[in-house]
Amino acid sequence: MTAAALDDVDLQAYFDATIAAGHRIEPRDWMPDGYRFGLIRQIAQHAHSEIIGMQPEGDWLLAAPSLRRKAILLAKVQDEAGHGMYLYSAAETLGADRADLTDKLIERRQKYSSIFNYPSLTYADVGVIGWLVDGAAICNQVPLCRSSYGPYARAMIRVCKEESFHQRQGYELLMTMMGGTDAQRAMVQDAVDRWWWPSLMMFGPPDDDSPNSAQSMAWGIKRHSNDELRQRYVDMSVPQAEFLGVTLPDPELSLDPETGHYRFGAIDWAEFQRVIGGHGPCNDERIARRRAARDDNAWVTEAATAYAEKYS
Amino acid sequence: MHEETVYDALDQAHGGEGHWAFGTGFDDPLAGVDTTVPDGVDPADLGTYCLMLGDDALVLAPRLTRWVTRAPELEEEVALANVALDLLGQARLLLARAGSVGVLGRSRTLAGGTIPDEDALAYFRDPDEFRCAALVVAPNGDFAQTLVRLLAAATWRLALFSRLRDSRDPVLAAIAAKGVNELAYHRDHAGRWVLRLGDGTAESHRRAQAGVDAVWPLLADLFTATDVEARLTAAGVAVDPATVRDEVRAVLDEVLTRATLRLPDWPADVAPSGRLGRHGPELPALLGDLQGLARAHPEATW
Ligand SMILES: [Fe+2]
Ligand SMILES: [Fe+2]
Repeated sequence: MTAAALDDVDLQAYFDATIAAGHRIEPRDWMPDGYRFGLIRQIAQHAHSEIIGMQPEGDWLLAAPSLRRKAILLAKVQDEAGHGMYLYSAAETLGADRADLTDKLIERRQKYSSIFNYPSLTYADVGVIGWLVDGAAICNQVPLCRSSYGPYARAMIRVCKEESFHQRQGYELLMTMMGGTDAQRAMVQDAVDRWWWPSLMMFGPPDDDSPNSAQSMAWGIKRHSNDELRQRYVDMSVPQAEFLGVTLPDPELSLDPETGHYRFGAIDWAEFQRVIGGHGPCNDERIARRRAARDDNAWVTEAATAYAEKYS
Repeated sequence: MHEETVYDALDQAHGGEGHWAFGTGFDDPLAGVDTTVPDGVDPADLGTYCLMLGDDALVLAPRLTRWVTRAPELEEEVALANVALDLLGQARLLLARAGSVGVLGRSRTLAGGTIPDEDALAYFRDPDEFRCAALVVAPNGDFAQTLVRLLAAATWRLALFSRLRDSRDPVLAAIAAKGVNELAYHRDHAGRWVLRLGDGTAESHRRAQAGVDAVWPLLADLFTATDVEARLTAAGVAVDPATVRDEVRAVLDEVLTRATLRLPDWPADVAPSGRLGRHGPELPALLGDLQGLARAHPEATW
């Protein structure tokens, strides 16, 4: 056995012990390639979701029906850009390059959350996205505050604080609308009808069909299974829906007195596969917008680089 | 369990509004400020003047917001959103001030009773009741033109706001005092981009120059007082726009020179038109999108 190989064994043992002790891996620490590349993929897809997720709500910035709502929405969309930036930075600590990750998004070589491929049709969608989509994101992300990778865990703590505010803002908008006119109440119910099922898909495929999960759990970059998190989200959302006065569009939704959890109907995984595979209602326009932002403004980035070089 | 602790911590972290940008708060933006109109000032004039300054911000904000999800860099989306949030905050305070002195025009009869004055004014006035300058109404053009326009608008507004800190109207003075820090950042941010673009590549130089050439004619009516501004200037409430002309020109001259851009001739001063409610077709188009939803539901609360 060569010295280098011996070193690898020691490093692997040290890495394994760090994970087993629940301590964090930091950028300069040795890590297996699978861990590094798995994390880059996970963090990049998370970052892409933040950035693409700006679009469905951002489309309402101009028409937001009060100045206070407009300011709240703008602050929220701006937060999401910030989330994308922290996450791309976390990926860069693993050796990734942000421009390259953006290219992968635009060339559809990396995915983002399927939920953002649905259109936002009325202003109630802004509230429902805050309540359900940010709510589901929180369920997914709070456990990641304990991710074994330090920069990711720290980014998640900051992101989760803001997501929690987004969720409350969304819910508060819906409460206000439910206390408004009949047309507003109808808008809220319609938005809930359209977003509920896609929000359940945000937790990813069922556990028996989730290929990367076991290794991710062992490495501490995933803390709970997709189905566990989905169940937690449903249990959290049903009472909130009741309090709001809307009906969730699932006739099978009922409290199981034995387990204390809500049972829910079958998710249309064929639809999920279609949307994640690029054939949802808005995939093309979401990607086209980012492509145009990159390509039509390439001259700006080139100018900034040239100027910085000239005066460095 | 660990997660529950994290959730609790999240809840406590949100006691205050600190996280949110200025202007997003829940409270009446003028709560606690003395709104008495100073002696010898016509409330209608004061309200109209607030609309002029408020509408400039209200109309420029969505132009900048348009770049969010479309900008060359994420950092720039955040920065332009910040500028827009500041402007939106200024617009809200100014429109609320106009409303507080009774300048609401037809809007109050169209808007439902639960709609606050700031929204009645923003959403239920027709284009000819808007008093913004042509400089802010013009479409964005490309990134260079957007930043040149922002530079010009922020320079002009900063010059006005710096002087308005001494206004006899305590509300205007307070709004101006808060606004100058924001506007100084806006001017700085835009100025840095104009330098980078002017002195960057041949392509960016060409575009920045084209932006300057497109924006410069819009400076023609910024420095001529309307009757309302003249009366309020005499009363110590407003700033005579003619008094900021030299400062604005000097700042723009310096930035353009450093950016290696050619300084076009200054357009001759002309009589105000936007300030009197006369606008080109771009304003009705913008307001159609901005106001459509609110107007479709005049009895709604949002
Ligand atoms: Fe986010
Ligand atoms: Fe969010």
